[in-house]
Amino acid sequence: MGATYIEKLLRRNTGEQTAKAGDIVTARVDRVMIHDIFIPFVKDKFEEMGFTELWDPDRVVLIYDHLVPASQLDDPRHHKIGNEFAARYGLKHVHRSDGICHQLMTEAGYVKPGDVVFGTDSHTTTYGCVGAFSSGIGYTEMAAILGTGTLWVKIPETIKIVIDGVLPPHVASKDVILRIIGDLTAAGASYCALEFSGSAVESMTVASRMTMANMAIEAGAKCALFTPDEKTAAYCEIPVSPEWADFKGDEDADYLKTLHYQAEELVPVLACPSQVDKIRPVSELEGLEIDQVFLGSCTNGRLEDLQCAADIVRGKQVAPFVKFIVTPASRKIYLQALSDGTLATLADAGAIITHPGCGLCCGRTGGILTDGERVVATNNRNFLGRMGTSKVEIYLASPATAAASAVAGRITAAK
Amino acid sequence: MGMTLAEKIIASAAGVESVRPGDIHTVELDLLMSNDGTTHLTIDMYRKLKHPRIADVNKLVWIVDHNMPSDSPKTAASQKKMRDFAREQGITFYEGRGVCHQIMMEHHVRPGQLIFGADSHTCAYGALGAFGTGVGCTDYLYAMVTGKSWVLVPESLRFNLTGRLKPGVTARDLILTIIGSIGANGANYKAMEFGGEGLKSLTMSDRIAVCNLCVEAGAKTALMEADEIALDYLSSRGRTPKAVFHADEDAVYAQTYEVNLSEIVPVVAKPHFVDQVVPAAQCVGTHIDEAFLGSCNNGRIEDLRAGAAVLKGRRVADSVRFLVVPASGEIYRQAMEEGLLTTFMEAGAIVMNANCSVCWGSCQGVIGEGETLISTGTRNFKGRAGHPGSFVYLASAETVTASAVAGEITTADRLPKLEG
Amino acid sequence: MAETFSARVWVMGNDIDTDIVIPTEYLALKTVQDMTPYAFSPLRPELAGQIQPGDVIVAGSNFGCGSSREQAPEVIKALGVRAVIAGSFARIFYRNAINNGLLLIECPALCADVEDGDEITVEVGKSISCKGRRYPIGALPDNLLEIINAGGLVKAMRRRNGLEG
Repeated sequence: MGATYIEKLLRRNTGEQTAKAGDIVTARVDRVMIHDIFIPFVKDKFEEMGFTELWDPDRVVLIYDHLVPASQLDDPRHHKIGNEFAARYGLKHVHRSDGICHQLMTEAGYVKPGDVVFGTDSHTTTYGCVGAFSSGIGYTEMAAILGTGTLWVKIPETIKIVIDGVLPPHVASKDVILRIIGDLTAAGASYCALEFSGSAVESMTVASRMTMANMAIEAGAKCALFTPDEKTAAYCEIPVSPEWADFKGDEDADYLKTLHYQAEELVPVLACPSQVDKIRPVSELEGLEIDQVFLGSCTNGRLEDLQCAADIVRGKQVAPFVKFIVTPASRKIYLQALSDGTLATLADAGAIITHPGCGLCCGRTGGILTDGERVVATNNRNFLGRMGTSKVEIYLASPATAAASAVAGRITAAK
Repeated sequence: MGMTLAEKIIASAAGVESVRPGDIHTVELDLLMSNDGTTHLTIDMYRKLKHPRIADVNKLVWIVDHNMPSDSPKTAASQKKMRDFAREQGITFYEGRGVCHQIMMEHHVRPGQLIFGADSHTCAYGALGAFGTGVGCTDYLYAMVTGKSWVLVPESLRFNLTGRLKPGVTARDLILTIIGSIGANGANYKAMEFGGEGLKSLTMSDRIAVCNLCVEAGAKTALMEADEIALDYLSSRGRTPKAVFHADEDAVYAQTYEVNLSEIVPVVAKPHFVDQVVPAAQCVGTHIDEAFLGSCNNGRIEDLRAGAAVLKGRRVADSVRFLVVPASGEIYRQAMEEGLLTTFMEAGAIVMNANCSVCWGSCQGVIGEGETLISTGTRNFKGRAGHPGSFVYLASAETVTASAVAGEITTADRLPKLEG
Repeated sequence: MAETFSARVWVMGNDIDTDIVIPTEYLALKTVQDMTPYAFSPLRPELAGQIQPGDVIVAGSNFGCGSSREQAPEVIKALGVRAVIAGSFARIFYRNAINNGLLLIECPALCADVEDGDEITVEVGKSISCKGRRYPIGALPDNLLEIINAGGLVKAMRRRNGLEG
């Protein structure tokens, strides 16, 4: 019988050629990511465990993004502890204000197809966009990896998702993944791997795939996997490897289930308050007044997202009394959007453009809201209280829907 | 007997021939500026009035700039209260467009006006020959519902400027030097009036920086005659003066100071008072954790150009968080156009949207216990930028940027020369 | 592990996410103990003050979904909660809880049958009893039992590094 994509990746990593879903294996970790909220806890646990050196400093990446710029008195302490940790243990890869961890891990070349990567953040599933097995863990397990370079993994079962055809205009990969999460439900892929394929997926940019892999966790998935191709090679700035041909599940592999979608049938959707799986077509909510729009995050803060929004707001103005907050996902993206005029277009329309970072998505600053306010946001979570009080309504949407809504001052699809 | 600039504006606003220091007059106000620092309190008080009405809604300008974007449900609630009220009453309203005083200079202030602002740095408007002064919510509310208020005519201090600033020396150094010499209460209740040949060498941006900081010497207001430079600025923005006043030859000043601009050197105000001013050279080598280029005092295009010129070809030190925050959306856009934002971003700076940012010290670039900030902001009071056990040095855009590169306080001319 | 205990329950619904367990706003407080007053605050701000040591939380499916924040199980443990019994648990939360020695029990049927203040009796690895009904529960896999028996992952690593016998 054939193997699933994740079975192949973990066999490749562990050398256990017959390992299959349900087996517990010890993975050799290729790279880890720690961000600023958790570094003090990782440090404490690491030292409490009795470790005195990192298993491999070159494989450890420390990224400040949740607390940049610092907004509360406790924040700078995290950066101070991070700096001390980096100095003491010889960390080479530290990003102090370069953008969101998940964007940087692939953008700065830390993750390659076939790698096994863990991060202290649930959206670590993102790196599946280039064909890496990546998953979020807590700080205690991270501390153990820093000392040992390994982690036990139960090989997950796989849900296969096939999307064929061509997406209609203004239907983005964000709409696709939201629809899938709605169909699976928030717990529907718990402990599972999601394996994406089909002609619509093949024609997507790596950035669009990243959006989908990023949100796999919102259905409870352990990881999400895409087959690397020429686009992946170009994005990662590496040659195409012959090995990649086998970075996919076999036809006769044992799948938990398979979902088929026809791209032409998909429409712009929203995740309604306060669950990511409460999906409704934008057309059903058209006209609902809004107070703020947030374009950014590791889900949708990339150049193509900013460009898409700029095309929609070009020559128009954000609606009166509505704030349109734009937070590019990385310094590189900010610079690209500066040089190609995207930021100029957004600024001319009245957008408030902040420095790259997690911003509003992590709910510490960047446009916190209050009782009775409604926000359309391109990020990944709309949990109760995520962006302010529990009486804030958060609607998750694609960059196109977000930008169109900012101009209209109410929920609307891009036309 | 002649009148000072402050006296002339008050006389005009009071509709009387002349006024003298110590007189109390009821004046008609031209503009009433308020920001998200306190407007929610004003609204609460307004709602408690028996028959509340706004005397002239066209005089009100409300600006959300202090916590922008908002950093907590509490600030979001204050801002929502302000936004809803402004919308309901038809008040001119800006949100996320920049620091209030910069927006006022760009779009509203006219020479000869008497303006109340619910913010201490309202004295900045003197750069356009307007009498701007900071008031609390109660005074603001009274003015809002009556269109009037009472003013105690202040004594005036006259600063005669001569000479020119040397290259590498800024208006920021000038005003810090003056505050250092007269002290943090040296102009308490008084108007600081600037004039003389030397004024002509100061740009509008320089003048705003000078007037804006006068409250740090305790001044009630700061004033400069609206000369050709000021009137050019005004007409380039499609506005005309309300009135252009000149101080009389025989005006009476509590004190007159002669300031030779060519003698000013780069300075730093040390923690924890704005008048703890020493030559920057004395602080060279002081370790810093953060640097801030921005604020209503020094976040204009000229300041960003100065910072970018120092930074071009260099990098921000790894150990330093360097926040660059244009004072208005217009400046942000201009800086983008001129490639300055690219220079800052390529060098590793943190570039934020136009807002009060680190200068307000509660929502962006907060500094921790034991940390040191060098800033172009307005104040270095204990805890102003974060933890009570932190330290703030004030300096010019050049000195702040040079320090961000070095990781310690230094001046631009002390940085290693760039090759080629 | 064949222990039996009785406890008072607090009942919550499905999809109790980590932002409900401990909002991001409080994640940079110095210690987990400092965070305890804010546990569950978006949904039930009064709950953290009501929970007594030894109490048990009973919830529906997908408890702990969302972020990887390990403060979520830690803050529950710091409140003195003896165990969380839910229809199912989100993956990262599950690992984090085990690594911190917080007892998790899967029991889909219980949530609908209990309300705040009910007494339950738990026989770990075997069953839960409440109001005359008995609910069978499963036992943990061996590799997780090892971590729990070691007293959590930190202790297991200390042993590996020769710091504990």
